[in-house]
Amino acid sequence: MIMSINVRYFASLKDRVGRAEDILDNSGLSTVRAVWQAANPDEKLPDNILSAVNMDYVDLDSPVKDGDEVAFFPPVTGG
Amino acid sequence: MLIKICPNGFDPWQEIQAYQQNALTALAGKIGATGIFVGTMRDFNEGDQVKGMTLEHYPGMTEKQLAKIVTEAQSQWQILDALIVHRVGAILPDEAIVLVAVWSSHRGEAFDASRNIMEALKSKAPFWKKELLDSDQERWVSKNTDGYTTD
Repeated sequence: MIMSINVRYFASLKDRVGRAEDILDNSGLSTVRAVWQAANPDEKLPDNILSAVNMDYVDLDSPVKDGDEVAFFPPVTGG
Repeated sequence: MLIKICPNGFDPWQEIQAYQQNALTALAGKIGATGIFVGTMRDFNEGDQVKGMTLEHYPGMTEKQLAKIVTEAQSQWQILDALIVHRVGAILPDEAIVLVAVWSSHRGEAFDASRNIMEALKSKAPFWKKELLDSDQERWVSKNTDGYTTD
């Protein structure tokens, strides 16, 4: 069975990376930061970017596991 | 508690009335205060005229975070019920962006909890605004201001 991590990007970060989503077929990724690096090897993670795993806020050193949805996005501006 | 994400325009006053009539009947006689915040779109921002806006959101996470914000407020204040309605998609000046309504027995909880929920929404709910200026230039709003400061 192929394990995967679903990576999502929103708003200005989605424009910057040029994609809304990546599916990483890789079970060796241990942290949120490692997921970013695997998905964006040529792009340093911008300083102010927020991250979430399975729709809860986490920091970049938080663990990820197969089947997780990892999201990256800029500061929120609703309301 | 009700959390609604609206892809089309909504009337905040009708939303409040409908919720009171449909969901709050069990609270008859208990409600002493209703705290309401309505946010509408301006036609100016950071010195520029703005003629339209697009609100992007993260479906699923938005609802999850808003529910968490209300639950946290419920643990801090004696709230009887709460309603949040937030617009997404294309929006024009003067249209409602957000409604936060809180029902409680006393005014202190209604004021404080509605303010707290609104400020938490501003910093935690995953929505993003992209402005369309009068010049036809588009730009992402980079961050929300702190609602507790006056400058």
